[in-house]
Amino acid sequence: MSVFIAKRVLTLLATLIGASIVIFLVMEILPGDPALVILGVDASDEAVRALTIELGLDRPPLERYWDWMTGILTGELGNSYAYKVPVWELVEGALLITIPLALMSITLSIVLALSIGLYAAANHNKAGDITLMGISQLGISVPNFWLAILLIILFAIELRWLPAGGFPGWKEGFWVCLKALLLPSLALATVVGAILARITRSSVLEVFREDYVRTARAKGLSQQATLWRHVLRNALIPVLTVTGIQFSALLTGTVVVENVFHIPGLGSLVLKAINNRDTIVVENVVLLLATMIIVVNFVVDILYAVIDPRLKAHDI
Amino acid sequence: MTAFLLICAAISLFWTPGSAYDITITNRFLPPSADHWLGTDQFGRDIASMLMTGTQNSIVVAVVAVSIGLFIGVSLGLLAAAKRGWTEEIIMRFSDFSFAFPAILSAIMLTAILGPGGVNSILAIGLYNIPVFARLTRGSANSIWAREFVMAARASGKGRFRITFEHILPNVLSLIIVQATILFAIAILAEAALSYLGLGTQPPEPSWGRMLNEAQTLMFLDPMQAIYPGLAIAIAVFGLNLLGDGLRDVLDPRLSRKR
Amino acid sequence: MSLLSVKNLSVILATNDGPARAVRNLNFRLNRGETLGIVGESGCGKSMAALALMGLLPERSETEGEITLDGENLLEKSDAEMCRIRGNRLAMIFQEPMTSLNPVHTVGNQIMEPLQLHRNMSDSDARAETLRLLDRVGIPNPKARIDNYPHQLSGGQRQRVMIAIALSCQPDILIADEPTTALDVTIQDQILELIQTLVREEGMSLILISHDLGVISENTDNILVMYGGAAVEMGSTAQIFDELIHPYTQGLFAAMPKLGRARARRLVTIPGTVPDLISLPAGCTFTDRCPLATDICRNTVPPNVEVKAKHFVACHHLDEARHRKTEELFS
Repeated sequence: MSVFIAKRVLTLLATLIGASIVIFLVMEILPGDPALVILGVDASDEAVRALTIELGLDRPPLERYWDWMTGILTGELGNSYAYKVPVWELVEGALLITIPLALMSITLSIVLALSIGLYAAANHNKAGDITLMGISQLGISVPNFWLAILLIILFAIELRWLPAGGFPGWKEGFWVCLKALLLPSLALATVVGAILARITRSSVLEVFREDYVRTARAKGLSQQATLWRHVLRNALIPVLTVTGIQFSALLTGTVVVENVFHIPGLGSLVLKAINNRDTIVVENVVLLLATMIIVVNFVVDILYAVIDPRLKAHDI
Repeated sequence: MTAFLLICAAISLFWTPGSAYDITITNRFLPPSADHWLGTDQFGRDIASMLMTGTQNSIVVAVVAVSIGLFIGVSLGLLAAAKRGWTEEIIMRFSDFSFAFPAILSAIMLTAILGPGGVNSILAIGLYNIPVFARLTRGSANSIWAREFVMAARASGKGRFRITFEHILPNVLSLIIVQATILFAIAILAEAALSYLGLGTQPPEPSWGRMLNEAQTLMFLDPMQAIYPGLAIAIAVFGLNLLGDGLRDVLDPRLSRKR
Repeated sequence: MSLLSVKNLSVILATNDGPARAVRNLNFRLNRGETLGIVGESGCGKSMAALALMGLLPERSETEGEITLDGENLLEKSDAEMCRIRGNRLAMIFQEPMTSLNPVHTVGNQIMEPLQLHRNMSDSDARAETLRLLDRVGIPNPKARIDNYPHQLSGGQRQRVMIAIALSCQPDILIADEPTTALDVTIQDQILELIQTLVREEGMSLILISHDLGVISENTDNILVMYGGAAVEMGSTAQIFDELIHPYTQGLFAAMPKLGRARARRLVTIPGTVPDLISLPAGCTFTDRCPLATDICRNTVPPNVEVKAKHFVACHHLDEARHRKTEELFS
């Protein structure tokens, strides 16, 4: 097991470094002078040169990359071009909103997916199954930010149950904040949940046809007990794969949905940074988002091995 | 359904019920009528016309983005399968960590450097599609390289590139077409999200995402305006997903039986 | 009274091409401690008959007739009641040891499951019993093996684990459906011998299902020959091998390779292919491949004639079948 984990951690580190290099190349080496971007096209050459030196952009790329990386490890990310405050201060506040939002959405989508998927599989080809699968097909097709708008219209404008947007800040109490995050996470979870529900259903149905399920029934286990003890764990394997893939969709979804609800998370931050031409903030936020996606996929890899003992054997 | 959208887009090239660009302030927020099928927006633009022109825009973005991914991705995939060795290794490692950069993330990077615009969003979505196609193509191409008829072709002295075009490509094509339909739907969603954020298509060009963005500020006044563009996106994506499923059933009977 | 008696058992499967009669009017009895072999080609309905006994037929199927275990009709029982019988009084071993064990649970847990379900054993008791069972089915070093996952065992060992699962609650009847077909030839005999020994020592009844008449003849007291879902011949092993009557049984026997007989004679094959259950004739199922078939065979179900004591044959042309030599029928 430890060999397995060590191998995965190495892959994780390599992927993270690779991702950071890609971001660095795109953001700093691609044509487009950050100083020029900040000052605007009609800035004087001298002003551009001065800013270039001030930002340290005249130094060789390798050195700048090294500084960035050591900066990340020490929490020294430099100052925002637009706000003149440390990037980390901006990011920290936003992270405390985006991470809970993402976690809440993924939890909600998994709960939705498992309950709908299992129910549909148990009622295979009956009315309930067909209706749910029709709805989930619709759910897949709906853009999450439109759903967000619809939810606002319904719950905030028509019913006035929940706030239409904004985020009070964690100081205001846990429940108020949870309420503010409920609609956004619902908008995100519906789409991902619909995809996962379909995977869960087909996966459960497939596992039910396996020989070992017949063995379990032949032992005298009821349909229910067979489902919980023998089918579910095997059926979760493909669901897990797709959850890993869908997490990136969910995270980029938060970027969009945060803007629908005016929630000051990473998505709002990065959009503001783009409008302010604050490339250093964009760079770090993109790396952060990419890191979250990579880490989640790492966790998925580890979970595989926990669920399926065969995988461990292959790797060692 | 997809055909309906194509027809809408085609018609809008020549004719729309009203003008999608004309701003007539006196006609603000008109309810649906014979002249304005779905009413007008806050600038007095005809919503139905905007939707139809928006269809055009979505289709162009999606077609170009998917084509970029398709051509580059499929070529890379075929190359990886034909060459094997380090070529394959490099291509696959690259597509391995590209999963960390979904379309919206790459679009954010690109717009931060190059400024917002329709071209950038096309580029970002296209870039994201490359590894998806590359991986799929390589996977199925590899399995076809191992088949007997390819062995026979190699034994008869045909070169790798000739085999690739004569035997491999035709056999992986059906899978690629199915994947393209699905990515087409994803591209439409991504484009809408990007132009909603203001990173994609710029005004006055109508696009579904932008319309939603503008409608959101007016949610309290006229909620219906926020409904139509989203509905259009949902219908487009729904249709494409069904088309993808249908194509898979037709082109790959093996897969459909498994489901 | 017999332990198990099957009366007019029919199984109808709903397929996309229409209903298929997988089992037709099957009748047999099984006494305590007796062994019965069901033989026939693949698709003859023998596995469906076994699954019907267990109440584990696929969802889209109908069952008619009576299956009586100790005077109780199993077909009238609810699923919950059947759950108390399955694994407890009726146990089954399947053909594919590679896929019949759940890959994500240890073999120990899979053997403990029926013990805890039917015997309400505590974890430690069940584990101790599992170790004993593993030893009983001849798995070396049970203490190390009990925490292994199925993929760490060989096919033969997995089948031994399946046997341990089936044996765990000392069932009245053990049903073994092609238990050795998927195994290496060298291991087949070991597994069959193991089943034999255990059945004898535990006083269980055995229903052994195989396509191999040789396997059946060496391991069972009675034989039931099935073709196209119907029983064509039934009797004690000794009687049947004394006089093979039904043309299909003769064909099966002729197709069996025999030791000691020189290569001079080719192995006989029965012409035609395994029938499609949907399009079988209403009368005798063997009509299309039978050398003796006439019009009556196609349309009228042959009577089940007791040729000698407890030796039944279902054929319209009994006399002809008895007097013609196998070599003349299939050449």
